[in-house]
Amino acid sequence: MEQRHVNLILIAILLIAAIWIDLPQNPGIKIGNFEKRFETVLGLDLRGGMQVILSVPPEIAVTQQNLQDAAIILENRSNALGVSEVVFQTAGERIIVGEFPGATNAEDVINKIRQVGQLEFVDFGDTPVPEGTIIETDFGLTTSTSTETPAPTVTPTTGETSTPETTPEGSPTPTSTPTTRYHTVLTGRDLKSVGVSRDTLGRYVVDIEFTDEGARIFKEWTTQNVGKYLGIVLDKRVISSPVIREPITEGRGQIEGNFTSETANALAVQLRYGALPIPLNIEQIRVVGPTLGQDSLQKSLLAGVIGFIIVMLFMGIYYRLPGVVANLALLTYAAVTFAIFKTIPVTLTLPGIAGFLLSTGSALDANILIFERLKEELRNGRNLRQALDLGWKRAWSSIRDSNISALITSAILFWFGSTFGASFVKGFALTLALGVMVSLFTAIVVTRALLETAVFDLFKDVDKKPGWFGL
Amino acid sequence: MLDILGKRYLFFAISLLVIVPGLIILAINGLPLAIDFKGGSILELRFPSGNLPDTESVVNLYTELGFKEVQVQTALSPNGQRDLLVIRSPFIDDETKIKIVQTMQERFNAPDIVVNRFDSVGPVIAQQVTERAALAVAVAALAVVLYITYAFRGIPHAFRYGVCAIIAMLHDILVVFSLVGIGSVLFGWQMDSLFLTALLTVVGFSTQDKIVVFDRIRENSSIYRKLPFEKLANHSIIQTLQRSINTQLMTVEFMLLALALFGGVTLREFAVILLVGLFSGTYSSIFVAAPILVVWENQEWKTWFKRQATA
Repeated sequence: MEQRHVNLILIAILLIAAIWIDLPQNPGIKIGNFEKRFETVLGLDLRGGMQVILSVPPEIAVTQQNLQDAAIILENRSNALGVSEVVFQTAGERIIVGEFPGATNAEDVINKIRQVGQLEFVDFGDTPVPEGTIIETDFGLTTSTSTETPAPTVTPTTGETSTPETTPEGSPTPTSTPTTRYHTVLTGRDLKSVGVSRDTLGRYVVDIEFTDEGARIFKEWTTQNVGKYLGIVLDKRVISSPVIREPITEGRGQIEGNFTSETANALAVQLRYGALPIPLNIEQIRVVGPTLGQDSLQKSLLAGVIGFIIVMLFMGIYYRLPGVVANLALLTYAAVTFAIFKTIPVTLTLPGIAGFLLSTGSALDANILIFERLKEELRNGRNLRQALDLGWKRAWSSIRDSNISALITSAILFWFGSTFGASFVKGFALTLALGVMVSLFTAIVVTRALLETAVFDLFKDVDKKPGWFGL
Repeated sequence: MLDILGKRYLFFAISLLVIVPGLIILAINGLPLAIDFKGGSILELRFPSGNLPDTESVVNLYTELGFKEVQVQTALSPNGQRDLLVIRSPFIDDETKIKIVQTMQERFNAPDIVVNRFDSVGPVIAQQVTERAALAVAVAALAVVLYITYAFRGIPHAFRYGVCAIIAMLHDILVVFSLVGIGSVLFGWQMDSLFLTALLTVVGFSTQDKIVVFDRIRENSSIYRKLPFEKLANHSIIQTLQRSINTQLMTVEFMLLALALFGGVTLREFAVILLVGLFSGTYSSIFVAAPILVVWENQEWKTWFKRQATA
């Protein structure tokens, strides 16, 4: 068996696998625990949806770990709120990109989940602070990345008789001066578990349980501060300021604060998955309506099909037999590339489709370079076998160098796209690069195996018919 | 044989003719930067009833909320109905957007307004994107030139090829800028991230063409050692001309033309920029890069002054 026949069989196997993966109703592979599904992933611009870019305010120091943690917390929170398929990814040094496929009105969700969710138990001393007041505390002042809980300090106690249980705020007296800096006793990090329930009056409350260490500190502090006010503060906004009637020893408590079922759950979710290590601002929002996405998808697919047909007609008419063979290689290229897109999976965006179409151009470019060489060598009087060898050999350096330069550009585009969450730039670069690599393979290996089979096995008298080569 | 290089100064003039008008427009009007690079918001609303509010009342609504410099345009839906309202404004957040849509629903008696598209870019990120974009173009250009110098290391004056590729690449970049300058006046085009993607693609593919021509010169220079460089280069261009036409005009340009004609509004500007940019890439490899190599080889700048003296 000659080399070309071995190659042909390998190509056939590859093609069958690719076509199988390309099937719209592909069942996927399931072997034991290993499961792989092949699905076409459409980008937000094609299916509609919302992309949000969140960034860390410039004055705040941030580490890569903080950013990663924040992305995971955001994703957990959204899932807990019942929003599906949301993805949060970090991009560059200070950016998190969130994608909400199918949603066009996810603002509500974003505003809920991007709350830092920093719960603090604050020492209000003798005066309660009205609900909703923004206060300053001594927690997290130095850097946003500090995670340590401030050590409890002893505040002077006054001998007052204690009454059972903490109750929601006493008489709200508007005496808080904005310059006062309150001391933070405990934070959300000292919580072990969080739940939502209703109290005896049917109001929604958030149940909390402290960690052992948290419970110890809380017990110590409440013992010393009976009769004073405890501030429960979320992101520096006062939720409630109950008076401490007696020491709280068992490490449990309830947060009350005029919650609805929804707000109580949102707070519970924020507390359960931990506070964000960094505050986040909304920097950019892109919403694509579902109809616009659908429309773009159909039109670009139509454009692709029309482009393919014209180009294949041209190749067939101009290069004759090699052109037809190149068209078969081109179809192989399309099947394999699409299969790779489904396997990785690559998110298909509008520019991604454009990148794919462009790489088709380089797939054909390689073949055109080879065929022009082939014709030249045939004109110079070489026989078919020599001409085929020389055509491939001499065209190779051009093909190699030009494709490497396309890959360099793709890599830089990809880098640019990923540092800024410009996912469509990334999509374009990725499909272009993959397309260029697959096209190198199909143009060199597939076209050659097919063409050699055609001229040496199928049409053996072809060297007497220069017209078949467009000569 | 076709003498392309003999008419090199004619081709230089043609290039200038294409580049200069657009650049003049850009110099007068400034770069038509989209919100991606300067920050701001675009809100595209669809009024299914077709009763679009007049521009002034929309601007008033924004002014009440404290936003100045608001531009309102109407546009056609894909179904051909003029029921789209495109509002460009300074950066607004999502809460403001909700408020705006709600107010519109009440004030313009249009409860069924649909948000088709909402892009909002904060000023901080816009500036970072711009900086990175400039860096990306510069790095791409540098990487490609280094690669060419490396790939052509075996032949005399290898770095000339790299420099000529850069000059031709600059030519292509200028053509794209000129095109956008003209497009900004005629069709209201803007430079957004998609524009940048197109530009970088042009940079990448432009080099591809130069390499094919240079590669032929490289090969021929070892075959025809005695031939003057100008003849050699001309011969190489002719040899690769068919490939350039076939690859560029027949395949890539057809694909892009299909995309521009049938690919929908979103991609039209992108496809047209690529179309022109990639064409320029092919043109410049034949009519700019190779001729400059010849000018350099002959050191023709010495005679430029003589010509001026005699003219």
